[in-house]
Amino acid sequence: MKKVLTLLALFFCLNMVSGQDKIEITADDYENTTVEMADTMRSNGKIYVVVAVVMVVFVGLIVYMIQTERKITRIEKEVFKEKDNS
Amino acid sequence: MKKTWWKILAVAILIYAILGALLFDAPRLNILNETIRNLHFHVTMWFGMIILLTASMVLAIRYLRTGNQKFDLYSVELANVGVLFSILGLVTGAVWANYAWGEPWSGDPKQNGAAVCLLIYLAYFVLRNSINDEQQRGRIGGIYNIFAFAALIPLLFILPRMTDSLHPGNGGNPGFNAYDMDSRLRIVFYPAVIGWTLLGLWMASLRIRMRKVQKQLED
Repeated sequence: MKKVLTLLALFFCLNMVSGQDKIEITADDYENTTVEMADTMRSNGKIYVVVAVVMVVFVGLIVYMIQTERKITRIEKEVFKEKDNS
Repeated sequence: MKKTWWKILAVAILIYAILGALLFDAPRLNILNETIRNLHFHVTMWFGMIILLTASMVLAIRYLRTGNQKFDLYSVELANVGVLFSILGLVTGAVWANYAWGEPWSGDPKQNGAAVCLLIYLAYFVLRNSINDEQQRGRIGGIYNIFAFAALIPLLFILPRMTDSLHPGNGGNPGFNAYDMDSRLRIVFYPAVIGWTLLGLWMASLRIRMRKVQKQLED
């Protein structure tokens, strides 16, 4: 419980340090079509190609991490068992 | 440490954050245009770094108080991941600056401050590796860690505010400080911070376990 509270307090502190001198973002900013955005890419769905590629890369990295972790677990078992026997 | 639920949580949050960052509605702002989405990747690196380095400093204090070698090991590995995040933050910042400010490195106070922080933390590892005695290394490293953290806060958050800086939220520059009031960016940004931080913890835990095995083999 204490740990959770500390974490929460830390989060609020971060909020305070980071949030000064700001211009508010309003709902108008979402409708302001004078600012160029990648609208074509979104309307023809090509954005999903990017999303798919990014996801494949991310999942690939995570799978690699999981395999590394399994390997470490195996080595841990071997090494610490040896210690007990000797 | 070997519980898996928080790792699954980290991956789930990150998948949500990446999808949200790429697909959710973003505010249309001049100069930034679509690069506003970098908020969920670049800024989260720095938030994650601060959390990890704070934890590292707290563990350094715990080591100094208890003398338990375990805390020293945790402290070092958390600092390691923190430094990785700060390198990623610096590089992504340079890429973003190339488009938003015109050049990757403009000697902006925020960039310089971040670079100095990185050097301070790199010196921490040099210092540690130059001492052979385990206890001495832990003590001197722990104390250095506290001072490094004490230098980090003014360099990143105070000094850039006292001069003109291009970076949002600093100096006389209003910029967008999106994560202040806009709830639609927040619902991706804060989960992303938590997700990257948890991923950092996971990476640190792998290295901690590796180091424990290494130590066991040496004994």
